[in-house]
Amino acid sequence: MSNTLLALIVLALGAIGYVIGRQRALKATDGDQRKLHSLPSYYGTNVLLKTMVPAFLLMLVWLLAQPIVVDRSVRAGLQDESVRQDRSVSLVMTDVRRVANGLGIAVEQGVMSRDEARSLDTQSTDVRARLGEAGVALGSDVTPAVLEAAQQYRGLSGTGDIARFALVVALALAGLGWGVRESTPSFRARNSVERGIKSLLILASCIAILTTIGIVLSLVFNTIEFFRIYPARDFFLSTTWSPSFGGGSELGILPLLWGTLYISLIALLVAVPIGLFAAVYLSEYASKRVRSVAKPAIEILAGIPTIVYGLFALLTIGPLLLRVFGDDTVGWMDGGTAVMTAGLAMGIMLIPFVSSLSDDVINAVPQAMRDGSYGLGATQSETIKQVILPAALPGIVGAILLAASRAIGETMIVVLGAGAAARLSLNPFEAMTTVTAKIVSQLTGDADFSSAEALVAFALGMTLFVVTLGLNVLALYIVRKYREQYE
Amino acid sequence: MTDATAGATPAVDPGRKSKSIITTDDNTRRRNRAEKRFQYYGIAAIGVGVFFLLALTFSILRSGLPAFTETAVSLEINLSQEQFDEAESKLLKTGAYEQLFVQALQQQLNAEGEGDVEVEEDAVGRIMGNVGSEIREFYLANQDQLGEPVTFNVPASSRVDRYLNGGLSRESLAESKFLTPEDLDIVDRLVEAGTLTNVIDWDFITGTDSGVDNPGGAGLGASVIGSFFMMLVVLVLSLPIGVAASIYLEEFAPQNKLTDFIEVNISNLAAVPSIVYGILGLAVFIQFAGLPQSAPLVGGLVLTLMTLPTIIISTRASLKSVPPSIRSAALGVGASKMQSVFHHVLPLAMPGILTGTIIGLAQALGETAPLLLIGMVGYVARGYPDGIVSGLMDPNSAMPAQIYTWAARSDPAFYEKAWGGIIILLVFLLAMNALAIILRRKFERRW
Repeated sequence: MSNTLLALIVLALGAIGYVIGRQRALKATDGDQRKLHSLPSYYGTNVLLKTMVPAFLLMLVWLLAQPIVVDRSVRAGLQDESVRQDRSVSLVMTDVRRVANGLGIAVEQGVMSRDEARSLDTQSTDVRARLGEAGVALGSDVTPAVLEAAQQYRGLSGTGDIARFALVVALALAGLGWGVRESTPSFRARNSVERGIKSLLILASCIAILTTIGIVLSLVFNTIEFFRIYPARDFFLSTTWSPSFGGGSELGILPLLWGTLYISLIALLVAVPIGLFAAVYLSEYASKRVRSVAKPAIEILAGIPTIVYGLFALLTIGPLLLRVFGDDTVGWMDGGTAVMTAGLAMGIMLIPFVSSLSDDVINAVPQAMRDGSYGLGATQSETIKQVILPAALPGIVGAILLAASRAIGETMIVVLGAGAAARLSLNPFEAMTTVTAKIVSQLTGDADFSSAEALVAFALGMTLFVVTLGLNVLALYIVRKYREQYE
Repeated sequence: MTDATAGATPAVDPGRKSKSIITTDDNTRRRNRAEKRFQYYGIAAIGVGVFFLLALTFSILRSGLPAFTETAVSLEINLSQEQFDEAESKLLKTGAYEQLFVQALQQQLNAEGEGDVEVEEDAVGRIMGNVGSEIREFYLANQDQLGEPVTFNVPASSRVDRYLNGGLSRESLAESKFLTPEDLDIVDRLVEAGTLTNVIDWDFITGTDSGVDNPGGAGLGASVIGSFFMMLVVLVLSLPIGVAASIYLEEFAPQNKLTDFIEVNISNLAAVPSIVYGILGLAVFIQFAGLPQSAPLVGGLVLTLMTLPTIIISTRASLKSVPPSIRSAALGVGASKMQSVFHHVLPLAMPGILTGTIIGLAQALGETAPLLLIGMVGYVARGYPDGIVSGLMDPNSAMPAQIYTWAARSDPAFYEKAWGGIIILLVFLLAMNALAIILRRKFERRW
């Protein structure tokens, strides 16, 4: 609420600044635009930027930092075991936050007065029931320690809110003053505005770097945390995956990696021949009309969300395979979810990926090479097999590697189609599981982030990230290194 | 002249080469066969691709369309004030209403000439679920309707639905205590009498998810709202940031290490598996920044980071397609670099940018994996948010996550809902892509 108000105030100050800055510059030259260094709107924009940008940046940083700071200081008071009654700090903190928010809601709705909320104590009032009146449901009764922490939490947050409000408004006003003072006819307003806009543009493009840093940090820290509780040797070399939240779990990545690679292999066996032949036919043989129908039709497959393929695997491909290979016929398959099921669905998903990438590469082979081959008497298929494909090979290999990296990182198809059992087996009709499926199953639900069973997901994610990144870099390297340069 | 044509023909069409010689030798025939075979492989590959597309469409439509209809008994009930008072005075109030319903049903069957069917109360309970409470709630709220005939459309249970759609056989019910084969006789007679009909299930389109035990009442509406709020966040953040980043990289960035680093980052981010973004969202937005789980705001932030590389790549392509002469002309008449970009290049590139953004949004809309990790799954959204802020911060589901939730439930009745949800999701995606294509056709300029 107060944040919306604060944002509105800053916006209003910015608008006021724009008008003042523009007017001041114009007035200094008695309304003669030609005597100004820049167009009048630049003087306004200069003030606007100086008012709004620093204020909004401060607000953003503060909003991100405040919960962390408050959390830290409240947490410090809960280090004593007896206060927590043998529950973990994060669980108690959840309660504290819920009570603190509940008090806020209760005051807002008028169930409690402000003073009442401040002076509550667990002996004289049933806090849980009182908060229930305001529509805040609590899982358990509120202990004195939790209430005290919640009051501290509320107090600190309240102080922080007020300080933020004051500082942001002050910063906006200061920026406004600075900008207005600058608005003299000789001031190079346009250059100043353009510098400002350019730094905003740079800031925007640095978000890509920030995202990468965010990904790497969130993976690395939690992975290190995981290896502190669970030996890295066992993780990478053990062939058993059997997590149990009660403790004593074995978390070996090998069966998961095997499942991932096996499913990806089947997917590529489906997608690469179909995609490659489709690309060759479309770019070399197909008439314009066939091409204009078939190419978009195949590319539609790329626009379909993966959840659809997952459902297709689970409910259509699985039962179909079970009817063909199930107990009634050859008995190779026990259930609908299997490596084959997920692999086929993933293969269908990858067809357009392979075909459109190869299409681009094949089209890039110069016509002169085809003509040369025809001139020597080769048939069209001989030209394709002996001239075009070898020339396009680096690009095609790159496309296949990219498709493989897609297959390894694919989640929804394997979550729904591949099953949940981690095993090392060669039978493609058996259920296996993958790295991505296990990341999902270890991190969904109310997992406690400090247990090895939850943290292992970050180590799995790190492995996945490194493998897919490696494949992409390798694909780019092959394309760059072995690409024939024509012209 | 003749020499020239004879020499050129085989180069264009090797197949005709045989005609110039009196007999085709084995080698030529083999080569021609190989040529034909190769072509057939290509046609087969395309055929398989198109076949998969058709199979996918067929199985989506066949399994999903039934989710949009439900079987309902439409019955006219005329309740008098005395009957109402009597029913309200009983101990089992809903039971009393159920009796009234059964009486009315029997009457209607008699009137239709199907009077030989005995409708029992237990059977109605199995076929219809709890009808009593529905009728009671209606009359409690609308007491002025007492004494007038009111038509009720009471949905039948999901098992009856599946029986009528052919998804449930009589044999499978032999042991079931939820629905017996005898009940199915009654169902058949009700259908014959025209009392039990298929109606459009508006609750599926507008409603909220139900619990695991009530597949009939499950709806997608709340998660459509959740998806809408996520897309709002994605659009508001990714369009300006993406365009700003592309402008910098395409128009201003000097050739230096920082620029190279940014470029490498963007191209790698585009290839990072989506689940990794889910981990990022969980670790940074929920663990570290303490934002609420299952909130569309967090989902939107994660999807923004995921869509940004796509938008940046397509925006840069459309900026690049604006010819340099436009920039030179603007600079020539005295515009600054910034003015030439913002006043001339950007407006000309806008159609391409919007198309790319819409396609990026469509991708984000169908993305599921990261949402699973930030808790937008397994959550039963209870109602509609009452404002922008609560819509962004209150826990909600999203369309693909909701579909996953249904697909992961063990009751097969939910599978139909999942397919139906996919139809709605695909309708949104098709609409967005169609909009992108129309925009491109209408505004795209080729230089």
